[in-house]
Amino acid sequence: MALVETPMQRERAQTIFEKSKPGRRAAVLPAAGVPEPPLSELIPARLLRDEPPRLPEVAEPEIVRHYNRLSRRNFDLDTGFYPLGSCTMKHNPRLNERVAALPGHARLHPAQDPKRAQGALELIWLLQESLAEICGLPHVSLQPSAGSHGELAGLLLTRAFHADRGEARTKVLAPDTSHGTNPASVTMAGYEIVKVATDERGGVEMDDLRAKVDDQVACLMLTNPNTLGLFDENIAEIAALIHQTGGTLYYDGANLNAVMGHSRPGDMGFDIVHVNLHKSFSQPHGGGGPGAGPIAVSERIEPFLPRPQVVRREGGDGSGPSFELDFERPKSIGRLRGFQGNFGVFVRSYAYILSLGADGLAEASETAVLNANYLKARLAQGRAGKHLPVAFDRHCMHEFVLSGKPMKRELGVATLDLAKRLLDFGFHPPTVYFPLLVEEALMVEPTETEAKESLDAFADAIERILAEAEQDPEIARQAPYTTPVRRLDEVKATRRPVVRQPLG
Amino acid sequence: MSRYTSATPADRAEMLAAIGAGSAAELFEQIPEPLRLDRPLALPAGMSEAEVFERLAALAARNADAEQQVCFLGAGMYDHYVPAIVDAIVERSEFLTPYTPYQPEISQGGLQAMFEFQTAISELTALPVSTAGLYEGPSSVASAGYLAIGATGRRRFVVSRGVHPHSRETLATYSTGFGAEVVEVGLEDGVTDAAALAGAVDGETAAVFLQSPNFLGAIEDVEALGAEAKRHGALLVVAVDPMTLGVLRPPGECGADIALGEGQPLGNRLDFGGPSFGFFCGSEALLRKLPGRIAGETDDVDGRRGFVLALQTREQHIRREKATHNICTAQALNALAATIHLAWLGREGFRELGELLVHRTAYARERLEAVDGVELLHRAPVAREFALRLDAPVAAVLERCAERGIAAGYPLGRDYPEHEDGLLVAITERRSREQIDALAEALGAAIQAELGELVPDMGSNSPRRVA
Repeated sequence: MALVETPMQRERAQTIFEKSKPGRRAAVLPAAGVPEPPLSELIPARLLRDEPPRLPEVAEPEIVRHYNRLSRRNFDLDTGFYPLGSCTMKHNPRLNERVAALPGHARLHPAQDPKRAQGALELIWLLQESLAEICGLPHVSLQPSAGSHGELAGLLLTRAFHADRGEARTKVLAPDTSHGTNPASVTMAGYEIVKVATDERGGVEMDDLRAKVDDQVACLMLTNPNTLGLFDENIAEIAALIHQTGGTLYYDGANLNAVMGHSRPGDMGFDIVHVNLHKSFSQPHGGGGPGAGPIAVSERIEPFLPRPQVVRREGGDGSGPSFELDFERPKSIGRLRGFQGNFGVFVRSYAYILSLGADGLAEASETAVLNANYLKARLAQGRAGKHLPVAFDRHCMHEFVLSGKPMKRELGVATLDLAKRLLDFGFHPPTVYFPLLVEEALMVEPTETEAKESLDAFADAIERILAEAEQDPEIARQAPYTTPVRRLDEVKATRRPVVRQPLG
Repeated sequence: MSRYTSATPADRAEMLAAIGAGSAAELFEQIPEPLRLDRPLALPAGMSEAEVFERLAALAARNADAEQQVCFLGAGMYDHYVPAIVDAIVERSEFLTPYTPYQPEISQGGLQAMFEFQTAISELTALPVSTAGLYEGPSSVASAGYLAIGATGRRRFVVSRGVHPHSRETLATYSTGFGAEVVEVGLEDGVTDAAALAGAVDGETAAVFLQSPNFLGAIEDVEALGAEAKRHGALLVVAVDPMTLGVLRPPGECGADIALGEGQPLGNRLDFGGPSFGFFCGSEALLRKLPGRIAGETDDVDGRRGFVLALQTREQHIRREKATHNICTAQALNALAATIHLAWLGREGFRELGELLVHRTAYARERLEAVDGVELLHRAPVAREFALRLDAPVAAVLERCAERGIAAGYPLGRDYPEHEDGLLVAITERRSREQIDALAEALGAAIQAELGELVPDMGSNSPRRVA
C-alpha cells in the first residue's frame, strides 16, 4: 500500500511542557487582600520548597488549542461504533451530564451536614433501592469506586462473614474465562485462586467444580452471562453446591446489561453482586474512568457492608422521612475509600434509570441481546463465517466470541491484524485475545444503542478486510495506515520506560 | 420507553429473521425458566427528559452547596475555583466517551494526556515516577500498603494519627485481606509524636505512613520523622495535599519512597465526594511494583513519537493473580481535569496560589483565634487548614453559623473523640478576607449565644449545656 502521511501523522507529538516558555501564563489569581509576610515568617524555611515545580508556562489560548488538538487524536463512542466486548459501550446521554453539573450536586461538599444534604442522601438511597430491585438482592452499598473495587469489597465481605462464624477459609474459585480482575482481587483479599474449567457449551464444567468445592472454598466468582456471552444454565445447581459447603456466590456484574428486567442475580442464588455503573447504567467511560462499582448483597451479608451506609428514617409526628449516614455498624468491614463514593456517577446513573424505567431497562437488555445475535448471524455468513467462526455456536446473550484461529492459519492474518485494520475503517475493534480459552479471540458486544445500520456496516467492513486479506494479507499485517500514529512499539515502552517528559 | 435505542419494529423483524428466531423472547430461553423474571421490575415507568431533569433538579435543590453557603469545609476536599477551560475540554466527546486506551493508535490524545499528567504530578511531588491515577486519596493509601508488603515481605504498618481518618480506616479494611497489622502513632501538639513513632518502627515494619499537612492542618517535618523508617528498611509513604506543593517542600526531597494523595483540589468538583482521583508517585526502584495504569513514550513503525500503556505486565488483565493491583480505572477524565488546571495555573500561578493559601490561612487563623471562646487546637505551622477548639458545643455552633449561610468547618469529634471540641477550618482562593471576617463574626456570635444558654459546671473548666 502506498503510504501518504495524513496531516495528523505529519504533526510530531509535543507535550504541553515542550510548549512552555518562561514568562507566559494563563491564570490570574485574586489579590490576597490580607497581610503577605515572607512565607518563612509563617513556616520554618526547612519545610518550604526552594524552587516551584516546573509546570508549563503557557497562555490560555495555547492550552485550549493543545488539548483540543489532542482530543482529535482519540477515537470516541460519540463518533463511531465501539463493540468492545465486556465493556458495554452504550450511548452516554447528555441529560445525565447536565443534571450532574447542577451546583446542588457538583458543588456539594462531601462533609456537609446530612441535614443540609438531604437531596443527595435521598438520591443515594433511591439508587440503592433501584439497584437492589434490579439485582434481586435486598441491600446495596454504593461505596466501591469501580468493578474491581466491588470485587475486593465482596471478598472482604466474604472473609468477614466467615470470620463471624468462626471460620477461616483459604480458596476462591473462578472460571478460566473470568476477567483478570477476579484473580487479582482474590490475591489482594488474601485468598488463593483456583481455576474452574469450562465445558463444551461454554458453561462451568460441573465435574471439575464438584471436584474443587470443599470447606476451604470461601467463594465462587462468576459472571452470568459469562465472558463468552452465554448464560450458564446450571447456575441453580452451582449455587446449591457452593451454599451446601458454606461458601458465598459472587456475581461479577460486568455483563448485567444482558439481563436487566429479565433475570436477577439474587434469584439465581448469588449473595454478592457488583454493578458497573459505567457499563449498564451509562456513565461515560472518560477514556479510562471514572466509574463506580456498587455492590448488592443478601440478608446474611448485610451486617458486614462498608460504612457509612445511607439509611432512610421514617419521620415522627407528621414530618417526612429523612436520610442519614449510618456509622453504627459494628460488624462492618469498614471503609473502602473516602466519603460516600462517586456521587457524580450516582447522579448520572439514577437519571438513566429514571429515563428508562422498568420497561425501558428490560427493553434495553432485550435490544442488546437482539443486536448481539443479529451481528453474530451476520458474521456467520460470507468470509467471516469461514475465517472467524463463533467459539460456541448457540444463541448468545449481549455479546459473543469469535475465533480468529482459521483466519490466522489460512490467511496468515492474526486477530491483532484484523483489529488494527478495522481502525482504518473507522471502527473500534472488539476486545481481542480474551477470554483466554478461545484462541485468537474476538469478543464482540454491540450494545442496544447501535442501530442496525451500524451493525451492518461493521459486518461489511469485516467482509472487506477478509476479502482484501485473501488477496494480500500484508495489508492487514501492516495496518493501520490512517490513524494519527501507526503500530507502536510496546516492547520498547516496557524495556526502556519513559514515563514522564524530561525537563531541562 | 428506551429513547436510546434505534431498532424499529421492521428492524426487529428483519434481525430476528436473520437470526432465525421467532421472537426476542426466544433468545432469552437459554435462561432456565424458573430464573426468568415473570413480572416487570418494581421501578417507576420511564420519564421524559424534561421530567427527569425536574426530578433531579428538585433533589439538588435540597442540598446546601458551596454556591448557597460560604464553605469553610475541607477535610481532604476543597472548594477551589475550577477554570472554565477545564469544563470546556473535559466535556468534549473525544475525552468523555472513549474506553481505556487499549488501542493506542486511536487513543493518542488520552495517552499523551496521561503522560502529561504523570509529568506534572512527578514535578509536584519531586519523585521520578507517577502512575496515571487511582480511585481517590484514601484507597491510594491502602494501595501503598499492598505495594509495601510486596516490596518488603513484611506485614506491619505504622501510621500517624495525623493521616486522614478515611485513609487510616481504608488501610485497616484492606489490611484484613492483606493479613497485615496496623499500628497507630499519636499526635503531640498537632504533629506526629516523634518519640512514639521511633518506638513503633522496627525491622518488621513494611511502611510508615505520614500525611503533610496532616488532618489537623499541621505541616509535618517529614524528613525528620521519616529517618526512622529509612533506618529500618521500611518504605516511607507520604500523603500530601497537591495544592500546597507550590510552596511546601515536596515529599521527594524529604526521603519519601511513595507520595500520594487525593487529587480533587486539582480541577475537580466537590461532587459530594467523588469521582475524583488519587495520585501515586514512587522512586525509580518501585517502578515495576506500582499499581494501575502508566503511560509511556515510544515510537511507531515509521518512527513517529507516540504513547502507549507501559509496563502492562504488572496489570490484572495480563498478570491476573500475580498483578501488582486489581485496579483497572485510571480516573482518566479526572486526571485530565487536573492536568489542564495545572497547565492553566502554570509554574508561577501554582506557586502564587500556594502563597495565597498560606497568607489567607494565616490571616484566618489569627482572626479566629482572637474570637472569644475560640483557641487554637495546636500551634504547629499550617498551610491551608487549621484546627480550633471552641468553648461551646461544636454541633450547635455549626448550626447557628449555617443559619447565617456559613459552613464554618468540619467537626473533629467523630474522628477524634479526644477533640470533641475541635473544628477544622479550610481556606481556598475563593474564601475572601470579607468572608473570613464574616466567619469570625458568626463564630463569635454563635459561641456567645450558646454560652448564654449554658451555666458553668463547677467541677470542670468547660461549660455544660443546660438540659
